[in-house]
Amino acid sequence: MSIGIQSFGGYIPRLRLDRGSIASAHAWFNPGLKGLGAGERAMANWDEDSITMAVEAARDCLGAASIDLGGIYMGSTTMPFQDRQNAGIVAQALLLGKNLLTLDITGSQRAGTSALIAACQVVMGGRKPILVAAAEKRRARAASIIEMTTGDAGAAVLVGEGDGVAKLLGSHSTAVDFIDHYRGQDQVYDYTWEERWVRDEGYMKLVPEACEAVLKKANIAAHDIKAFCFPAAMRRVANTLAKKMDIPEEAIRDNLQLKCGEAGAAHGLVMLVHALEDSSCGDIILVTGFGQGCDALLFQVTDAITHFNPVNGISGHLLMGRNETNYNRYLAHNEMIEMERGLRAEMDKQTGMTTLYRNKDMIMSAVGGKCSECGTVQFPKAGVCVNPNCGAVNAQEDYRFVGARAQLNSYTADRLTYSPDPPAYYGMVQFDEGGRVMTDITDVDPEIGLEVGMPMKLTFRIKDYDTRRGFRRYYWKATPDKKSNGE
Amino acid sequence: MAAGISDKVTILGMGCSKFGERWNENAENLMLEAFTEALEDSGIGKDQIEAAWFSTAIEEQHVGKSGLPLSMALRLPYIPVTRVENYCASGSEAFRGAVYAVASGACDIALALGVEKLKDTGYGGLPQRSRGSVNDQFWANASAPGSFAQLASAYQAKHGIPPEDIKRAMAHISVKSHDNGSKNPKAHLRNKIDIDRVLKAPIIAEPLGLFDCCGVSDGAACAVVTTPEIARSLGKTDLITVKALQLSVSNGMEAQHNSWDGSYFMTTRKASERAYKEAGISNPREQISLIEVHDCFSVTELVTMEDLYISPEGGAVKDVLDGFYDSTGELPCQIDGGLKCFGHPIGASGLRMIYEMYLQMQGRAGERQRDDNPVFGLTHNLGGFPHQNVCSVTIIGKEGA
Repeated sequence: MSIGIQSFGGYIPRLRLDRGSIASAHAWFNPGLKGLGAGERAMANWDEDSITMAVEAARDCLGAASIDLGGIYMGSTTMPFQDRQNAGIVAQALLLGKNLLTLDITGSQRAGTSALIAACQVVMGGRKPILVAAAEKRRARAASIIEMTTGDAGAAVLVGEGDGVAKLLGSHSTAVDFIDHYRGQDQVYDYTWEERWVRDEGYMKLVPEACEAVLKKANIAAHDIKAFCFPAAMRRVANTLAKKMDIPEEAIRDNLQLKCGEAGAAHGLVMLVHALEDSSCGDIILVTGFGQGCDALLFQVTDAITHFNPVNGISGHLLMGRNETNYNRYLAHNEMIEMERGLRAEMDKQTGMTTLYRNKDMIMSAVGGKCSECGTVQFPKAGVCVNPNCGAVNAQEDYRFVGARAQLNSYTADRLTYSPDPPAYYGMVQFDEGGRVMTDITDVDPEIGLEVGMPMKLTFRIKDYDTRRGFRRYYWKATPDKKSNGE
Repeated sequence: MAAGISDKVTILGMGCSKFGERWNENAENLMLEAFTEALEDSGIGKDQIEAAWFSTAIEEQHVGKSGLPLSMALRLPYIPVTRVENYCASGSEAFRGAVYAVASGACDIALALGVEKLKDTGYGGLPQRSRGSVNDQFWANASAPGSFAQLASAYQAKHGIPPEDIKRAMAHISVKSHDNGSKNPKAHLRNKIDIDRVLKAPIIAEPLGLFDCCGVSDGAACAVVTTPEIARSLGKTDLITVKALQLSVSNGMEAQHNSWDGSYFMTTRKASERAYKEAGISNPREQISLIEVHDCFSVTELVTMEDLYISPEGGAVKDVLDGFYDSTGELPCQIDGGLKCFGHPIGASGLRMIYEMYLQMQGRAGERQRDDNPVFGLTHNLGGFPHQNVCSVTIIGKEGA
């Protein structure tokens, strides 16, 4: 039986922190960081985490298609919850139903590629399609190398029966307790070992081993590879590896260091998605994942690639960035400096689990109601229809607002209410097919601002942090619809 | 068809504490201050009050729940005390309860008292608080200024009025209220300001600047009401009676149905239409002598002039800039300084507005007294947000007018 990638997508947060701003902030302490100061690193907004990025990447991958999924595997080492299934939150946000096997795959930088291998193996066994979503928002010590080289991003791949857009030729995994870095329980930051050792004993020995194994299994010659995805930030390693393995130099994929940064456990899939976007029928793609061993997957692109495009893809998201030169904002969003947030920030954000569970479709999936008698779409879904000429009782069917076109009716930029990134933007967002909601608006470019009539869309974000209890609320916020705005 | 409230109930006496930052007074002291004045004004004894309505909105910050705080502060003689809350329109609700009780014949003399102690939160503006277990999970992270600020963006888009003109009209409103407040010894803010200072003030929520926003205050206000017959039997003449008491509460249409454009108050239109009918007023722009509106923000006052059918739709900016609503204009608005300068102790505000009308009708408003013999006074007390709110419109006036 053949299996393959049926669709794919990606997500990169809009903010791109100028690396020069990091390097110059630290120049007094470690002038050597200037050598890593080129380009930008993707930076999650204060209301983004691995779950929100996984959800957005999955939406990018699935588009408007309705798929009978068998499972969702989430790969990340920065899961927002240690004990509340993160993949389950992704499933609820996407409203994919409950007959799913959801799994969090974590604990290594190859969690994303391992999740993909596991999904392939399960589908191979005759199961329904599996969505693999990987995302990473790593925290890094100020003035560390990984602060300079990493970035926040996500990617998603749908694996199913049939060749799809890229047929799986084979996969191989090795397990080797090689500790290039680690992050112990209750530790915020990574502890890293010497780069030269990581390169010579780690990358140079473990990666070829896994790659050669998969090439041998699939009976493919290395020089036939058209795209080699090696998701590490360290310079020239991919080139040395390619040379060592006889992979053509032109097959080496850009590790996106200049535009995004290395997105940890998600980066293998980010690079795979990016490679698929640039691929043609017949191309052979080798994607690797490194971390206490190595994953290697081999795909061959089919002619179906000409009929599929993600909504934005990694390529699209690379173009949608907004240059951020204020390193202090990064420090604040990553809780690396103690900001005076004011008394208004002290409000208790406890969430009633009963409330959330009862209203999960409304809060987590943006489901409202459509009156079966007059057709009026409304949010929230209510017992009595809001149409003053109808008023039908208990007559509403579920209506999902995610993906619906909307425009802005009124708005403000509020500097009084507490926001981690003032001003707080919010306004009345009205959907073209009916329904409206007074809601928070995120990712507003301050120099453009908002205006009445501006096209808007929904995006899955963090609504509030309950810092006292370690909980976070999610919700679908509005954001300017850049595509409809002509960007 | 009900005949309405007109001329069935009269105000026997009123009182109002000084509003402001009353750092050294508890809510109970403020209640007593307002009540002492009202009792003296009414000329009755405390034991003649048969029932009381007590309004306070953010009770968790000061007195706590129920009617007890009023009964205990004034040592009321075990009479019924009902605590009411309807957002910032709570004060008008207390008044409505007392007036209805008298009109129904259930009691002869009733008390309405409102209080709020807002300067114990540690910061300016209204306290940050939960909106409810479900609402907290989907409502916008909105403050009061941010909610009302949106009126400006929608009003501007609807009427095609340049933002600078709206900003200027809003500034005129605030300057006018400061001028008026400077003549009011009980006002929280008594300083005069100029247009330039308003326009240069820091932004609170776009496009509202610091001077477009009312502050929050400590204060109390109260009314003692009875029937005109009883008032006369107590020796009162030239009675000030209640002409209309209307309340309109959003049902979610503005918030959830796409027929509302965000530029006006649905509730104010409904309540004022009904109030004019109840009071027998056909041309409010000509017949009303004075108005006190809920100027929580300058833009609220601006659009309310249209929702009360005094300025034509889209015409409020012109009327405001023409000085129509100034203390010397055709129809003064906020002659006491309004929420903006008299102050805004939530539970007391609706009663404070009526207090000013009552003084003006009797010629007792001192330096700020309107000299053209006011006959009808309208108060507009709003609570909530433009997209979901409660709006009270009360008209009082000279008996028989």
